[in-house]
Amino acid sequence: MSTDFTWLIGGPQGSGVESGANIFSKVCAQMGYQIFGKREFYSNIKGEHSYFTVRISDEKIHSNVNDVNLMVSFDAETIFRHFDEISSNGGIIYDSELENTDTDRVRTLDGPFKERLHTLLESKNKPFTIAGVLEVAKEKGVKLYPVSFKTLLETLSEEVDNPRLRGLVRMYNVIGVSLSLGLIQMPSDSLVNSIDDIFSKKPKIAEINQQAASFSYNYASKNFENFNHSLTGTQKQSDTILVQGHFGCSLGKMVCGCRFQSYYPITPASDESVYLESNEILEIENDRPGSTIVVQTEDEISAIGMMIGSALTGTRSSTSTSGPGFALMTEALGWAGINEVAVVITLYQRSGPSTGLPTRHGQDDLLFTVFAGCGDFPKIVYASGDIEESFYDTGNCFNYADKYQIPVIHMMDKFLSSSVVTCKKFNPKKISIDRGKLLDKVEGEYKRFALTDDGISPRSKLGMDNGVFWNTGDESDEYGHITEDPQVRIKMMDKRMSRLDLALETIPVDEQAIPFEVHDYTIISWGSTKGPILDAQAMLKKEGIDIGFVQIKLLNPFPTEYVKSLIKDAKVLIDIEANHSGQLGKIFKQNITRDIDYHILKYTGRGITSTELYDSLKKIVENKASKREVLSHGA
Amino acid sequence: MALKLADYKTDVHNDWCPGCGDFGIVNALQMALAEMGIERDKATIFSGIGCSGKTSHFINTYGVHTLHGRVLTFAQGGKLANPDMTVVAVGGDGDGLGIGAGHFVAAGRRNIDMTYIIFDNGVYGLTKGQASPTLKLGEQTKSLPSPNTNSNVNPIGLAVASGFTFVARGYSYDVRHLKDLIIKAVKHKGLSFLDVLQPCPTYNDVNTRDWYAGVDQAKESMERHSRIYKLEDTKFDPTVNYAGEVEVNEKLSQALVKSLEWGDKIPTGVFYQNELVSPFSTRLTDKIPNYLENPPAKQIISNSGLPNTDISKILDSLNV
Repeated sequence: MSTDFTWLIGGPQGSGVESGANIFSKVCAQMGYQIFGKREFYSNIKGEHSYFTVRISDEKIHSNVNDVNLMVSFDAETIFRHFDEISSNGGIIYDSELENTDTDRVRTLDGPFKERLHTLLESKNKPFTIAGVLEVAKEKGVKLYPVSFKTLLETLSEEVDNPRLRGLVRMYNVIGVSLSLGLIQMPSDSLVNSIDDIFSKKPKIAEINQQAASFSYNYASKNFENFNHSLTGTQKQSDTILVQGHFGCSLGKMVCGCRFQSYYPITPASDESVYLESNEILEIENDRPGSTIVVQTEDEISAIGMMIGSALTGTRSSTSTSGPGFALMTEALGWAGINEVAVVITLYQRSGPSTGLPTRHGQDDLLFTVFAGCGDFPKIVYASGDIEESFYDTGNCFNYADKYQIPVIHMMDKFLSSSVVTCKKFNPKKISIDRGKLLDKVEGEYKRFALTDDGISPRSKLGMDNGVFWNTGDESDEYGHITEDPQVRIKMMDKRMSRLDLALETIPVDEQAIPFEVHDYTIISWGSTKGPILDAQAMLKKEGIDIGFVQIKLLNPFPTEYVKSLIKDAKVLIDIEANHSGQLGKIFKQNITRDIDYHILKYTGRGITSTELYDSLKKIVENKASKREVLSHGA
Repeated sequence: MALKLADYKTDVHNDWCPGCGDFGIVNALQMALAEMGIERDKATIFSGIGCSGKTSHFINTYGVHTLHGRVLTFAQGGKLANPDMTVVAVGGDGDGLGIGAGHFVAAGRRNIDMTYIIFDNGVYGLTKGQASPTLKLGEQTKSLPSPNTNSNVNPIGLAVASGFTFVARGYSYDVRHLKDLIIKAVKHKGLSFLDVLQPCPTYNDVNTRDWYAGVDQAKESMERHSRIYKLEDTKFDPTVNYAGEVEVNEKLSQALVKSLEWGDKIPTGVFYQNELVSPFSTRLTDKIPNYLENPPAKQIISNSGLPNTDISKILDSLNV
């Protein structure tokens, strides 16, 4: 029997939920397990509910599932919000001091949720307290592991003779993690190491956390009994790394030579820029150090302006943003389009419109991105399906930008950015660097926008000897000077737009779309839905149900002919997306003139789980589904 | 071969109105480039949108005609990536102090070593003469249906308050003086700002060339009556000589007070200069020591089509 175990830790924002989950993930990864972790949080600094689920398996996993096998909680809200997700053979470790807390005491429980919870508890004749919800869980078969976190700390403080430990609630996260690891019998050696790593800059804090960890781990081993799961380690896969969501693009940018990144702070995109700045000095093989200049600008308009200015010097340049920021960038995006500037915008989508659900997931910006900017100009829109892909895709996006002298928008999203996963170690040597027609030197008369057979002009850069050129947001002649001549206009428009055809002809098809089998029932999708789709596909396959899946990565220009050829044998098409209107479906229909048979959509701001996809797909195959299946799992 | 003034002119047809103050600015800029002997391919003129935005097409160096209000963003990005370039950004007062005012303030905080010239005429010329941010409250230029209902931005004061480290004003009909100011601005180590009074002969019938010349004040008198005067002809000393707070505050305050002078007497020349504030490049070299020797635009990023960046230490730290 293979391992498939999901652990959940929750607490108020600022209470160390994330670092707790990082320790847990690291320990499990070091014991050989594959990890899929995901963080959910409010737009808030301190106090609102945040939680982290970590799914652990000995096989490669790509998504979360609905059921939680073990929850650890040191606050009441986590229990109120998640007790219902614990599977019947699962368990809850909780702070026994909380048993009498009622729902009114938890100020961050919002009205609609409380109402739903009260209705449920009333129907089961239970009080509106932690004890009440825990009884519901217990009746379902869930095992309860109460422990007083306060007493635990007091005992520890006496044992190690350190009165400072009493009441150190900041350590509740480490205690929760260690109790969990003790309960599932995960060998404890790597626990101490992981804590060392996480607190490497604060040795004193590391020490007391280690004491608390060992003590709690042993407490759970001794006192908690009869849990249905034990995870004692598995065969470690070679070349495995544990990465956070933004590492793919950040490391990709370092490797492919992006040396300038401007940005304005926005969730969930800023982590990437901060990480790039934290690693701004780069080691270069057989050469002096390189560097990435990361500039925090006054707004996103400045971010794109600076990026373009930098790109004109021949520097590989980028910015990173989310929907609202990208909305501000669209005028300058058109400028980059008409001036044939090679730039990459990494767009970490979140749930809109406007501020929307600012810390939650969504794939709401596909149509907006494909059509962003005034006027007709070419752009490439490209989407990664997972973190590992995003590393290599970043390299491809910069090559597209340089080869076609065109702005590229690399689409990511919050589902990806707040995931923590194990994956195969990135291989920088699999990234190639192709600067296209960027010149090393200029001889003779130079025309930046010279009309050529392939529509791409040799490119000089600001400051280059003899390479003087002009740019303008107006229509221009071959030198880059303003023109309003109707015949030149036709030539220049045709020249620019022709590179969309060139891109379709020359981007290898396996970079355009990826078929994961094609069957009578075939899914089309894009971006981070890839993970849950692959897992749901595998679950159904085990039952003898074959579902195909085509992941479309190149979204503009749309690879019509290639996608057509891939799906020609599919009888029923299912579009899966994290948005309300099935945006890929619309683009698909516009290009392929074929109807989508079913949409599976989710727009709660929470990521799609493989469980809910499995359920919906099964309904479709059994002909019990509606044309539009709307998913809603997740707190 | 020494470069001549003619080398900095393009043959692009200049379609500014006859008598436009912009001509004086573009001439002064070309003269300044020639006098400093800056190679054509080592300078970039970034420009905004509007009449003044066309400036970059008339100058035979690299020229980047950007977007309305955004010229400073493009220019700063270019300068940061290739700090060896001489960068001059130009634009109108509506461009820089209306739609682009946020960038103006933010640029001051960075103090990147480049020059920004505002063509200041009080109107939006290319859209037929609406009031721009420097037009005074209650003034009614030719195409305004009623007197201006907004107070004006004080460009010099805003620049001083935002952190520009060289702040000066020129007059477009005093081309030699303007050329000298441009040279000072370009040579200044840090972000320099030049507010250039530039009569719009078509739409601004209040602040005209005659008005600046004080023709209305002359009456029968033959005495000199121009409203414009030069700060260097007075005892005004704009320069911060040592980094003490007292002197800096004194020089900032006198610049601010001087910037309020308007009407019968209008000061031109340098209002404020402080080279003791670290330029942005120094702030970068503090953390990236070889930034200036190996800036982004000069870095070699590949070797035979393969990346040369070594991230193995980072990757190893992620090993499980």
